[in-house]
Amino acid sequence: MTSTHGTESTAGPVEGPLAPEDTPSTGTAGSNPEAMAAVTSRAREVLPARAVITDRIQLRTYECDGLAHYRVTPALVVLPETSTQLAAVVASCAEHQVPFVARGSGTGLSGGALPRADGVLIVTSRMRTIREIRREDQRAIVEPGVINLDVSKAATPVGYYYAPDPSSQQICSIGGNLAENSGGAHCLKYGFTTNHVLGAEFVTPAGDVVQLGGLAPDAPGYDLLGAVVGSEGTLGIATVVTLRLVRLPEEVRTMLCGFRSTDDAGAATSAIIGSGVLPAAIEMMDALAIEAAEAAVHCNYPDGAGAVLVIELDGPAVEVAHEFDEVERLCREHGAFEVRVATDAAERALIWKGRKSAFAAVGRISPDYIVQDGVIPRTALPEVLRAIAELSSSSGVRVANVFHAGDGNLHPLVLFDDAVEGAGDAADKVSGAILDLCISHGGSITGEHGVGIDKSAYMPKMFTDDDLDTMQLVRCAFDPYSIANPGKIFPTPRLCGEVPGHKRGAHPLVEAGKAEAF
Amino acid sequence: MAASVHSAGLDTARSALESACEEVTDAGERDAVDGVAASTVARPASTEQVADVMRAAAAHHLVVVPRGRGTKLTWGRPPTRVDLLVDLSRMNAVVDHAAGDLIVEAQAGTSLADIQETVALAGQRLGVDETVIGASVGGTLATATSGPGRVTLGTVRDLLIGVTVVRADGVVAKAGGRVVKNVAGYDLGKLIIGSYGTLAIVTQAVFRLHPQPGARRVVTQTFDEADHAQHLVQVVLHAQVVPAAVEVDYQSEGTGTVAVLLEGTEAGVEGRHAATVTLWGDGAQSSAEPPVWWGRYPWDDERSPGGEPGPRRTAIKATFALSGLAEVLTSGRAASGQAQVPLDLRGSAGAGVLYGSMPADADVNAISSVVDQLRSVCTSLGGSVVVLDAPSQVKAAIDTWGPVPAIDLMRRVKDQFDPDHRLAPGRFVGGI
Repeated sequence: MTSTHGTESTAGPVEGPLAPEDTPSTGTAGSNPEAMAAVTSRAREVLPARAVITDRIQLRTYECDGLAHYRVTPALVVLPETSTQLAAVVASCAEHQVPFVARGSGTGLSGGALPRADGVLIVTSRMRTIREIRREDQRAIVEPGVINLDVSKAATPVGYYYAPDPSSQQICSIGGNLAENSGGAHCLKYGFTTNHVLGAEFVTPAGDVVQLGGLAPDAPGYDLLGAVVGSEGTLGIATVVTLRLVRLPEEVRTMLCGFRSTDDAGAATSAIIGSGVLPAAIEMMDALAIEAAEAAVHCNYPDGAGAVLVIELDGPAVEVAHEFDEVERLCREHGAFEVRVATDAAERALIWKGRKSAFAAVGRISPDYIVQDGVIPRTALPEVLRAIAELSSSSGVRVANVFHAGDGNLHPLVLFDDAVEGAGDAADKVSGAILDLCISHGGSITGEHGVGIDKSAYMPKMFTDDDLDTMQLVRCAFDPYSIANPGKIFPTPRLCGEVPGHKRGAHPLVEAGKAEAF
Repeated sequence: MAASVHSAGLDTARSALESACEEVTDAGERDAVDGVAASTVARPASTEQVADVMRAAAAHHLVVVPRGRGTKLTWGRPPTRVDLLVDLSRMNAVVDHAAGDLIVEAQAGTSLADIQETVALAGQRLGVDETVIGASVGGTLATATSGPGRVTLGTVRDLLIGVTVVRADGVVAKAGGRVVKNVAGYDLGKLIIGSYGTLAIVTQAVFRLHPQPGARRVVTQTFDEADHAQHLVQVVLHAQVVPAAVEVDYQSEGTGTVAVLLEGTEAGVEGRHAATVTLWGDGAQSSAEPPVWWGRYPWDDERSPGGEPGPRRTAIKATFALSGLAEVLTSGRAASGQAQVPLDLRGSAGAGVLYGSMPADADVNAISSVVDQLRSVCTSLGGSVVVLDAPSQVKAAIDTWGPVPAIDLMRRVKDQFDPDHRLAPGRFVGGI
C-alpha cells in the first residue's frame, strides 16, 4: 500500500441490503466442497505448486483490496503466469459453477476485488511482462499485472508515456485499471482508461480466449472491448492489453494558487475552463485537507488559504506559456492571493506532494475516515460544496475536501473516531448524503473508484430497474451463470434464463427469494 | 426470425402503431433500406412514443429498421426484411447545451450541423466531423463515422457520455449520464456505437464538448512513394507539433498528399506550423484552409454538397497499425493495378484509418480481388477491411464485413438484446 491510499473505512451500504458478509454477494465458505476440490485439483495440474494457495493463513493475506473495511477469505487463490493457465482455471470454474474474482495489485477502493468465500481469487501479479513498446505505432502491449507507472517508464526513453495516472499508479496494475476504467488527476485533458485501451486478449467466463480490438482502432462488430473496460471484472479477465501511448509534452508547468475560500477557487476553475484553456489537471483542496497535508508532509502551502488549486498545463511550449498567463490572470481575478510556479521537476513534485498525500494525511487529524468518490457537473461545484459544509456543521462530522475540480470529481474525506459510539454511523450518513447530493445535481455515485461491493446499493438511486436490467443483458451474454465476480456492481442479480444445452434447477437465489427471474 | 406478416395481421399491427404514434404512413420508394422495400413508416416525436411504437411492433412481430436522416441507410448489408421503418427525424431538438459544463444533449434525429451551430454560440464544438452531409446524431452513433479530428479529439466513442435507448421490446434504458467522469454501471453507449441499429434504437445522447481553437493552419506536402508518406506522417507524430489531424490523400494514380492540421493559440499555431514546414522540407505548403478533399469520403467526391447521391460506388474502410501506412498504400495501388480497377484512398493517416472508393461500374471480381488483398494486408497489420457500402451486385458477391473475432460473443449479445432478431436483421456482422 502506498502513502496515497489509506482507506480504512467506507461509505458502506447505508441503504439497501445487508453487509456483504450477510448476503449472497460474497458466498458462503464451505458451501461447495466438491466443486472447489475439483477446481483446486485442476489448478494443481496446470499451475506450478507455488501458484496454488490453499493454506488458510496465506489465503487471508488476500482477504481484502484497497477497501479494507470488507474482508472475505477466498476458498482458493491462484497466481497464473500465462494466459493459458489462467484460461484453464476459468474453464474449470465454469465447468464446476465456481465463482471467480480477478485481482491485480489489490489497490481498488470499492471492494471490486473482494474475494468470494466459495470461490477462486485469480491474481494476475505474476503476469507482469511488458511485451512490446511500439513507438511507430504509439502502442504498448503488456500483461495485466504490469504496474501502471512501469508502462510510462518503459515508454519514456522513446518519448512517450501512458496517460491515465490513478494516484496509486506506482503500485496499481493495468488489468485492474482496465477493470475499473481508472482515471487520475490528468484525465481532465487525456481521458480515462477506456480511451487508452485499444485491444485485449480476453478470457470469457466460459474459459474461452478471444481477441477484442487490437493495434488498429474501430474493429468491426460490436465494441465488446468498450463494454469490458470498466465492467469491474464481471465479464471476464484481460490477459494481454494493447495500450495507446501518448507523446511526452514539450513543456509542463505546475502552479499552486491560494484562495480565501472554496467559492473563489471554484469560480476560478469555472473561469479557466470557460476561457477555452484545457489544463492537464485542476485539483482543489480545502482548508481541512490542507491542514492534514501540512501535518503529514509539510508541503508549505500558502498561509491562511481556505482553498488551494493545483493547476498543471502541458503541451507545446508556446501554447503553455500563453495559457499560463491566462490562467494566472483568471486566478488573480477570482481572488487568488498567492500564485506559486514550479520551475523545475523538484518544485513540481513539492506542489504535488501535498495533493497526492492528502488521502493518507487525514489519518494525522482523524483516527478513521471514509474516502468518498462522487461526481457533479463542474458548474454545481460552489453549491454542492456549500451543501457539504452545511451537512458537516449540522451533523458535527468533519469533512475534508480533495478533488479533481476540473471534471467535478469530488473526493470528500469524512472524518470520524470509531472509538466514539455512533460516530461511524454518523459518518456513514454524511457520506451517503454526499452521494445523494451528487445524484440530485445530475452527477454520478462514482467517478473513478467503481461501484464494486461498496456502492451497489446506490445503483438504484442513479438508474431505474430497466436501466440496470438492460446492463445485465450484457452480463448474461458474457456470463450466463454469473460466476465472474458475482455480487458486485448490481444490487440484484439478473438470472439469464435458459442457456442452450444446460438444464438446471431453480437458482438458489430465486428459492431464497433474493433474486427475480426475468 | 419473425414469421412473415399476413395482410390481416398487418391491419391490426397498423392500428396498434397508429395508437402509439400520430404519424404512421405507408412506406414509399424512398423508404427502402438498401433496396429492401419497407411496409410502414412511423415518425415518433419522443422517447415515449418510440417505446410505444416498439411495444406495438413487438406485439405484432414486426421487423424494424431505425432511420435518423437516412444519409447512410445503404451502409452495411441489406436487411432481410423491413416491416416498419422508425424515422427519428421529428426528434431533432438540441435538448440542453450546458456551456459551463461543456456538454450537449440532443435527440437522435438532430443533425450534427444543428448541434455545431448551437454550441458555436458559446465558442464550443462537438469533436465529431460531419463526414456525411446532413448526418444525424443517431446515424452517426449507429455507424461510428469519424473524420480527421479523431487524431486529437477522438471519435464518438470518446465523446459520448450518456445515452437513452429503446430496446426491441419497447423498454427504455439509459446508461452513462451528464458528467464526463463516471464509472457507474456498464458503458452501454460503447456497445451501441457502430451497432448499425441492431441492438436498440438510440433516442437521445449526451456528448462532451471542446472549446473552439483560437487559430488553425494547415501544412501539406506531396509524395510519390508510399514510404515517403509514412515518413512524413511519422515525423509529425513524433515531433512536438501536436497535430490536430494528419490526413493522407492517395488517388488511384499520380502523386499523393499528406496534410496536417494545427490548432491552438495564434502564437502557438504560428510556431508549430513553421516547425512542420521545416520538418517536411522543400515543397511543404502552408495555408489557412484545408484542401478541398479534407474530411470527405473519397466516394463522395463527385457529389455536390446537399446534392443527390450518384450511382453507388464501392466504399471501404481499412484500419491498420500506424507503422503500416506505406504497406497499405502500396498494396492498395498494386491490387488496384493488377485488377485494373481504380482505387482512391484517403483518411486519417495519424489514426491508422483509410477510406477507399472504387467506381460504381467496376467489375465485381476486380473489386473482390482488391478487397481480399487489402484485407489480408490490413489484418496482418492488426486491423481490418470493411466494405461499408457498394452496388448491390458487389454486396451480394463479397464478404463485406470480413472475418470478425469474438463473433460468438457478439451473437450472444444480440440474442440478449433482441432475442427475436427483429432489429435491422442481416445488416451487421455475421448476419446479425
